[in-house]
Amino acid sequence: MTHFENAEQAKRDPLYKEALTELLYQFADDDFILAFRGSEWLGLAPHIEEDVAFSSITQNTMGHATFFYQLLEELGEGDADVLAHERGPESRKSAVYLEKENGDGHYLDEPFYDWALTVVRHYFYEEFKQVKLELATRSSYQPLADAAQKVLMEQPYHLAHWKMWVKQLLAAGGEAEERLRARMVEAWGEFKDVLELGPKAKQMADAHLIAGEDVIETQWVERVETTVGKISKQQLGKKQGSGRSGEHTGELTIALKTLSEVYDTDRTAIW
Amino acid sequence: MKVPIEETNKKIYNVLKHVDDPELPGVSVFDLGMVHKVEVSGKGAFITMIPTFTGCPALDIIAKDVKVAVEKLAEIDCCKVEFSYRQPWTTDAITEKGKEQLKKHGVSPPPEHYTPGEEWSVDCPFCKSPFTSMENVFGPTACRSILYCKTCKNPFEAMKPVVKYLVN
Ligand SMILES: [Zn+2]
Repeated sequence: MTHFENAEQAKRDPLYKEALTELLYQFADDDFILAFRGSEWLGLAPHIEEDVAFSSITQNTMGHATFFYQLLEELGEGDADVLAHERGPESRKSAVYLEKENGDGHYLDEPFYDWALTVVRHYFYEEFKQVKLELATRSSYQPLADAAQKVLMEQPYHLAHWKMWVKQLLAAGGEAEERLRARMVEAWGEFKDVLELGPKAKQMADAHLIAGEDVIETQWVERVETTVGKISKQQLGKKQGSGRSGEHTGELTIALKTLSEVYDTDRTAIW
Repeated sequence: MKVPIEETNKKIYNVLKHVDDPELPGVSVFDLGMVHKVEVSGKGAFITMIPTFTGCPALDIIAKDVKVAVEKLAEIDCCKVEFSYRQPWTTDAITEKGKEQLKKHGVSPPPEHYTPGEEWSVDCPFCKSPFTSMENVFGPTACRSILYCKTCKNPFEAMKPVVKYLVN
């Protein structure tokens, strides 16, 4: 297996670089959109301690996104800030489920956000992120392996937090459990897109960038079901389309527009 | 007169012992274990640093503070600072002096023995009491948690333990 020590080496192999950048965009764009959805909760979380915790996790997750955009910058994809803020929905590789709005209403007037959706989405996502990062520590691209190792030293705090919420709300029974279960079933019908590696999956495997998506799926299902039990008799689905192939909903378009409004107010500011 | 490189190197380390983390005044980047390597070539210095948390918004400020401080040395005209992720930062890298400085700042150093994913506790930085409780793992910055001392009834912060993640 060919090992690539740095960006310069990777750039000399166009096919390798193509698969590598695709994978890095997935890591970066997933963290980016989920951190944005998290930031919309600022000041609205169920209690003050949660507000502090959630915003800390969100800031750290945005830091991880920036970290992956920097790896893309090293590969000649352009400035990391530009990659984060100036790419349209069609070039985003994040999964569709992650762009789903937090609930009805809008941040600025009546945000009827759903805590059940947030708890389920973040818990499912953090379990997935941990699996994908663990597999990436063995990547043939050394800077990605290093990045995965680094992020894994911080990310388990995020996972532990959402796992605690899931366990407590399920144990509470009644409406809390019902609403959580409903959101889990909904997620089950859409989450396959998150677990997939997209159109270049085979190229990624051939280049030993990361293990196959079947491995990601198996490990994710096993870990999630250990915590919450069996979710559904149905197959995992991707009802909302394949974000990995660039398919997205209008909800991403609006999110990116909101983000760029802030970004456009001062393009030189450090975010 | 040519100054030996080792001398300059030593001087740079001395400077780094006085560049503080902007979020922890009184605690230097050296004592936090963030300095990985110092290289000198002619009148240029190249410093490799290890970031604490990836999402740490203070990194750019730290890089600038280090550059400005080192370039004040007569031996150095230009100092470049780079962050490297090749050697992950762990809280074990904090020096003894760093731990003492943290306590003066009302922040407990991270626990000595910690298993990822498990609960942890530290002694109160003010009265040293072990009777403390975790209020919020997530504190004002990514690297700190909020605790409460049941003995002297003071809230305090602690550096979150960060250790190497072992992949099975
Ligand atoms: Zn005390």
